[in-house]
Amino acid sequence: MRGLELVVEPGEAVGIAGPNGSGKTTLIRTAATLVSTNRGSLEVLGQIVGKRDLVSTRRAIGLIGHQPTLIPELTLVENLSHVARLAGVDIARVPRALEVVGLDEASDRRAEACSFGMKRRVEIAHLLLTRPQLLLLDEAASGLDESARDLIEALVGSVRRRGGGCIVVSHDRAQLTELCSRVASLADGRLDTAR
Amino acid sequence: MSFWNQALEIARVDLTVERRIGNTLRITLPFAVVALMVFPLALDLRLALVSTIGIGVFWALGILFGMQVALRQSATDTRERRDLQALLGVDPAARFVGRLLSGGVLMSGFLLIVLLAMVVLFDPDVPNGGWPVLTMSTFLVAIGLTELGTLAGEVTSGLSNRTVLASLIVAPLALPLIIGASQSVGALSRDTGILPWILLLIASDLALAVAGVALAQPLEEATR
Repeated sequence: MRGLELVVEPGEAVGIAGPNGSGKTTLIRTAATLVSTNRGSLEVLGQIVGKRDLVSTRRAIGLIGHQPTLIPELTLVENLSHVARLAGVDIARVPRALEVVGLDEASDRRAEACSFGMKRRVEIAHLLLTRPQLLLLDEAASGLDESARDLIEALVGSVRRRGGGCIVVSHDRAQLTELCSRVASLADGRLDTAR
Repeated sequence: MSFWNQALEIARVDLTVERRIGNTLRITLPFAVVALMVFPLALDLRLALVSTIGIGVFWALGILFGMQVALRQSATDTRERRDLQALLGVDPAARFVGRLLSGGVLMSGFLLIVLLAMVVLFDPDVPNGGWPVLTMSTFLVAIGLTELGTLAGEVTSGLSNRTVLASLIVAPLALPLIIGASQSVGALSRDTGILPWILLLIASDLALAVAGVALAQPLEEATR
């Protein structure tokens, strides 16, 4: 990425569209502080991201990437409880979160026996539990049914209402227009003006 | 969540996964015991000689198969899961310690069962006072091998051939453990001091633990 400048205001959702290989995932991972830049600066939630104090900054970030992050050998409720414990969230909230995403009946099923869509729903439940201030979605709605897409829309809405920011990456410009307040295009590592 | 709670949670989940997959108990352990059984047959050794070489065979096979137990995590760790843990605020050093705890439990159990099988199959010549030394050496080797495997897994994280590379890192670095373990019991037979060899094992374990904790954060950022 070169000469890229992107500001996401509180309560705003910015959509990023672009062809394969244009740098969308790199942009998302950079915003998530998972990739460091060799030039320029990154400011997340008012903090300039350096090598120090990454932990508190990262805790405020929620990411759904291409691949599900569930541990295949654990059940859905065990996966979510594990995340809740590591995030310091009360695990008593886990059953309710699974219910919200429509997985209360399947909570004792191992992740390896679940469909891609079900795993995505668990990741949405995880973000409902951790309530991130910066939500990053990388093709999160790809391959999902209508109701799961609605959950993602609701998730983006709740983050915006809390005054958080969202960056949503997708091939589907129509979906971005629906979800986001503005949409920018990324091509060859360059971002056009978001509109 | 505190450092130790993070480490314990990671260890707990790791052991749950291992209990369900059963790689160590169902695959590695039976192969190690079979190797112990066929070793004297393959070399056409007589019973008296078998008793003499029993402990040496235990260390050779225990460490060889133990490396597979030590490296099991590097084969299953994914970038996505590491990213998730980073975003949850998990301290990389806590993850190292957590994996050390679960790996240490598995490795100790694995080596103790192989030791038991060796005792049954080889009826080894153990000098007076040899059993406590052998047990302590086994425990120290289990810790060292787990540290090496966890550290090698971290160094090679994100690389496509990480399992092969991790083995290449572990093999030469396990030499002090092999030497310390085999010489500690050997020193008892020769009636020379065991202290230098036990200290070698303890020093190796401590050095690897300090390296693992100190390098956890920079390694995580460098291998992302």
